[in-house]
Amino acid sequence: MAKYLCPGCGYQYDEALGEPREGFAPGTIFTALPEDFFCPDCAVRGKDDFELVEE
Amino acid sequence: MHRFTTQHPDKGEITYQDRKRYLWLVSLLYPLVALSGIGLYYLTDNQWLFVVPLIASYIGVSVLDWLLGEDRNNPPEELVPQLEADAYYRWLPILTVPMHVLVLVIFAWFISSHDLGVPALIMLTLTAGLYSGLGINTAHELGHKKPALERWMARIALAVSGYGHFCVEHNRGHHRHVATPEDPASSKMGENIYQFACKEIPAGFRRGWQCEKERMERQGKSVWHPSNEVLQSYALTLVIQGALIAVFGWIMLPFLLVQNFFGWWQLTSANYIEHYGLLRQRKANGGYEHCQPWHSWNADYIASNLLLFQLERHSDHHANPTRRYQSLRSFADLPTLPIGYFGMYAIAMLPALWYRVMDKRLLALPHIAGDFDKVNIAPGRRAELEARYAGVSAQQPAAQEA
Repeated sequence: MAKYLCPGCGYQYDEALGEPREGFAPGTIFTALPEDFFCPDCAVRGKDDFELVEE
Repeated sequence: MHRFTTQHPDKGEITYQDRKRYLWLVSLLYPLVALSGIGLYYLTDNQWLFVVPLIASYIGVSVLDWLLGEDRNNPPEELVPQLEADAYYRWLPILTVPMHVLVLVIFAWFISSHDLGVPALIMLTLTAGLYSGLGINTAHELGHKKPALERWMARIALAVSGYGHFCVEHNRGHHRHVATPEDPASSKMGENIYQFACKEIPAGFRRGWQCEKERMERQGKSVWHPSNEVLQSYALTLVIQGALIAVFGWIMLPFLLVQNFFGWWQLTSANYIEHYGLLRQRKANGGYEHCQPWHSWNADYIASNLLLFQLERHSDHHANPTRRYQSLRSFADLPTLPIGYFGMYAIAMLPALWYRVMDKRLLALPHIAGDFDKVNIAPGRRAELEARYAGVSAQQPAAQEA
């Protein structure tokens, strides 16, 4: 399970945890997120901007 | 006076003293200014003095801006984590929320229990709305934060004016699409505030509901599920305003309808002035560039920023929406309004004056320099505006008249 970082605000998408509040269950891999996924904290950065920080 | 300090490996000891620390208490107390008209009425028995809090907001704050001047002071980045963690700053906007509820209840009680003329009723209702609209600003500060307490307090503050969809619509709609023609909450050059409001208010309701519906559906829930945050805030409106009707009678119905609308108008005014005419450029892949500092209008006046939780440092807010008010920074050479937000709200209601103040200032911005391709223009107005402002560029002073 990998982790991806929002370079704008520091939010991390951890595949193991998902983002249940946004409706992404634990275990949802980053590439399976919709293309219009935006940072749930800042909404400034989109899926393309996220950086892989941990494999 | 409280000092923040840290040891930096290269820079040595860094210290910062927030000179505005205790002045932020003004934000907590400002909603009570709404009651000044009622207080003066008790002292003088003159119903025309109900106009005082309206004048205080639209004109008085601008006079204070002029008297107290600007504040360009920024905290050092190294100390921002300490500022953000300081509970004092955290609790001020949270404690401001009950003030907004209190002010609404006092106005409801006063209107229902006194023999008032029609002008007095209008002034009191608009005052209640204006300060409920200030509650939307408090909700804005709280709604961008991650802790559940802040987000709940935001929903309560929005319930005072029945605008419960705002935080969802603002965070997931406006912030994402800001300064593009697709954002109904970013105003276009050549569009007056009345035309803007007719689109922005209904579109805000629709987009907020739609964003929340999509989130609920991703969770596998119905849009009517109790965890719908828009519905939660609307339910609070029903409880608060329903109780006011039950206790104070049917006079509450017109009072609440108008006060709610005038509260929304305050938020519409803010949206109208914050990004007027500013436009993000398309990238090669067809998407928009990220929101840049020059895509927001700023003001850096001490007085109005203290009353708006530093909303006027708007460029930094859009770059870092989760940053708390006490850490927002001022930057040189950004699009800057000639006076604070409160004064601009008043000017916006007079479209001819607004265009006179803003259009050349917009075209003279360094990144636009008279290029209409870089302006967010109202549909169908481009040729006319180009003809009117032919030759305006960065070389010409912004204040020069047509």
